[in-house]
Amino acid sequence: MTSLSAKDKDAVRAFWAKVPGKEELIGADALSRMLAVYPQTKTYFSHWKDLSPGSPQVRKHGKTIVCGVGEAVGKIDNLTAGLLNLSELHAFTLRVDPANFKILSHNLLVVLAVIFPEEFTPEAHVALDKFLASLAGALSEKYR
Amino acid sequence: MVEWTEQERSIITGIFANLSYEEIGPKALVRCLIVYPWTQRYFSSFGNLYNAEAIRGNPNVAAHGIKVLHGLDRAVKNMDNIKATYAELSVLHSEKLHVDPDNFRLLADCLTIEIAAKLGTAFTADTQAAFQKFLAVVVSALGRQYH
Repeated sequence: MTSLSAKDKDAVRAFWAKVPGKEELIGADALSRMLAVYPQTKTYFSHWKDLSPGSPQVRKHGKTIVCGVGEAVGKIDNLTAGLLNLSELHAFTLRVDPANFKILSHNLLVVLAVIFPEEFTPEAHVALDKFLASLAGALSEKYR
Repeated sequence: MVEWTEQERSIITGIFANLSYEEIGPKALVRCLIVYPWTQRYFSSFGNLYNAEAIRGNPNVAAHGIKVLHGLDRAVKNMDNIKATYAELSVLHSEKLHVDPDNFRLLADCLTIEIAAKLGTAFTADTQAAFQKFLAVVVSALGRQYH
């Protein structure tokens, strides 16, 4: 996949500056949508009691994920190195099929469109789409 | 055959009943051409697509966006028979327009984003699920006659 240009990185950083404070809101919504729209993703959460949108587990995990994305924004100049530990976690412990990174990314973008309709322009969209794809690539590094 | 619940049918018809084709059609196509620039390959006759501003201001793009969105009307009216409804359109896209069917999915995703931006929190997870299911059936039908 294409690497991030300086313009892409600036666009991602500028957009993500709006996120602090909304991590749980965005994360819980994205996760809920993923579980509802792509039911096969529920297979990774069979150990959760409650998969409904408002559930404490969905909200907490959604926040964890979006905070993780935020950290990745801070490491945007070298995602592979910066996300080494997370990659090992996903590869050896969680063993999430990497196809699901695309699915979650899509739902994150939908939520960003819902919450920031004016700011989520096509230009912001393409930069974020590229960033999330790079992030997914970095997370997949240790898989095989 | 695709099964639709009453709720799904009502969600789909509701979205299209309240849709501003003139607003959303162009926005969805503009977004697709900017976010997935390789899709511009099908529009060399449209004139200036050199940058985002040019794409946004291009009247051919706007007109085509509206046309494509209205093209979904027939699927909405024939939800139990989308595959047959789009057989001819599928042949057209394959034999005459030579569109890689993966592009249908890309445009569908951009349309989802525009509807999400328009409806805001009214675009619930259930609404999204129904809408994406509908678009997936449309996309599949459009690719069906390729060989």
